[in-house]
Formats: sequence, C-alpha cells, structure tokens
Amino acid sequence: MAFGITATDAGLSPWETTAFSTFVFGGSAQFAAVDVIGDGGAALSAIVAGLLLNLRCLAYGVVMAPALVGPRWKRALWSQLMVDQPAALGAAQPNPDLARYAYLVCGAYLFVLWNVATVVGAIALPDAGDVVTDWGLDGGIPAIFLALLWPRLRQPDQRRTALAGAAIAFALVPFTPAGLPVVGAAIGAAAGWRSRPADADADGETDRP
Amino acid sequence: MTSTATVAVLAGLAVGTYAFKAAAPLTFGARPLPDWLARLTDLLPAALFAALVVVSTLTHEGELVADARIAGLGAAAIALERQAPLVVVILASVATTALARAL
Repeated sequence: MAFGITATDAGLSPWETTAFSTFVFGGSAQFAAVDVIGDGGAALSAIVAGLLLNLRCLAYGVVMAPALVGPRWKRALWSQLMVDQPAALGAAQPNPDLARYAYLVCGAYLFVLWNVATVVGAIALPDAGDVVTDWGLDGGIPAIFLALLWPRLRQPDQRRTALAGAAIAFALVPFTPAGLPVVGAAIGAAAGWRSRPADADADGETDRP
Repeated sequence: MTSTATVAVLAGLAVGTYAFKAAAPLTFGARPLPDWLARLTDLLPAALFAALVVVSTLTHEGELVADARIAGLGAAAIALERQAPLVVVILASVATTALARAL
C-alpha cells in the first residue's frame, strides 16, 4: 500500500504502479526506483539503483535451485517469486520438498498481498500531493529503508558498508543529479569488502529477514 | 519524468530483476556463486539502504534540506530499537513527521 501511495505521488499512473509490483516484484528495488523517478532522476539511474538492490535475488536463486525441480516452464514461473521472505523460509526447511512447498506458499501469498495492496494504495490516494506532506506520509519512506537496513547493522562489516554508503550518498547529493548518489553509494560496499568476512563469521549470523 | 521514461524504467528493472531471480533455477542450478560475488550480493543492500535513508530523509528535488522527516526517522529508529513490528515503525515515523511539520 505504501508503494502504491509513493509511486502515484512520484507521478506514476495506477497502471504503471501496479505493473511495477507485478513484473518487478521486488519491494526495496521498486521503492528505490520510484524514489529516483520522483526526484526527477534519469531513467538509467533508477534502473541501476533497483538492479543493484536486486542482485541479491541471484544469491537466493542459488540457495533455492536444488529444491525447485520440475519442468522448465514451472521453474521459470516459480522464479518470479524469488524475493527475501520466500527464499529465507524455503532455505530454512529440512528437505527439498518442504523447501519448495514453503517457498511457493510464502511467495504466492506475498505476491497476491503485495499486488492487491499496491492497487489499493495507488487508487485510494491518487494525486495525493498535499495529503502526503500534511499527513507526514513522506516520513514513512525513510522508515521503510531504515527498517530494511536495521537487522544488517549488527554485523561489523555490514555496519561499515552502511556508513560508507550513507557518507558517499550525502557527499554526492549537492553535485550530482537525482539517483546518482544512491548508485554511487554502491561503491561503499568496498568498505565492508576490505574487512574480510572474518568478523562476519565471528558472530555467525545471517540477518536475512 | 515522462511516461515513456517510466515505462523504460519498468521494463529495464523487470527484465534485469527476472534475470537475477531465474539465473540459478533455469541454468547453472545449485553450483555456488564465486566467493567475491556472494560477498558482493551480501554487502550491496547495506550500502544502498543506507544511501536511500540519507536521500529520502535529507533531500528534496535534488537539494539537501533538513525538515520534519528527520524527526520521523528518529522515531523510526527508536521503534526499531524496541523491536516494534514494521507497521508500527512506519506509523511512528509518519505520525512524528506530521506532528513536527504541524508545530
């Protein structure tokens, strides 16, 4: 629902908004791309920012691939559900059959819920410009990103990466067009990278939602 | 942004994202990612989420600004520290932003 409101506020039609939720189906990347669009950034910046965020779907695919057995067309269809929660739930199951089942149920549920909520948000509050600022709805967006970031901050290397990303984005804002600060911040990943996984392994957690 | 550009973003993001999602299930199966790529996919979201927090809190139309959203972000941080559910985190931020703006 938050995505529906955010996207229409950024100037997208309800159709475009819903198409994002159906065809991209990756919450954080959708928010990132629409944030860039709303700030008047270039299309390429929006795409790159979104794709960098969704690079993690590649890792989820590797984790889930052994469980997703079946004809090619089924695997192709199932892959669209490859987002945080279904992959995490699937990976937590003791055997491949249960993993596939958990992944599909969670994924289908999330897909339907996400799309219905998007439509409601997009149609309930179209052209909501003043409402968005008067009700403080623009304050909800940073909260969503902070909540996504939060569990990662427990690991030292993730924390360093986040700090570097924030600093780079802050420094780039006055000098670059909208969208580029976010893309540029990806370089911040190098900061966490240089401190090898040693400390990540030390507390032995993976904080995927 | 024009509608054509929006559709371009939609198409680019949808195709690229799907390629990431389906790469392993459709092609190279369960072979693990090379170390460097696994580490990159693990770290990139932290850098990007942090950048998005900064940009969505402190900028308006490409300029640095300080406004009520900072108070909202503070409220969100407090809610997260207390392990509040996501809905509560968002509502705390929204309500605080609205309140700070009205004052």
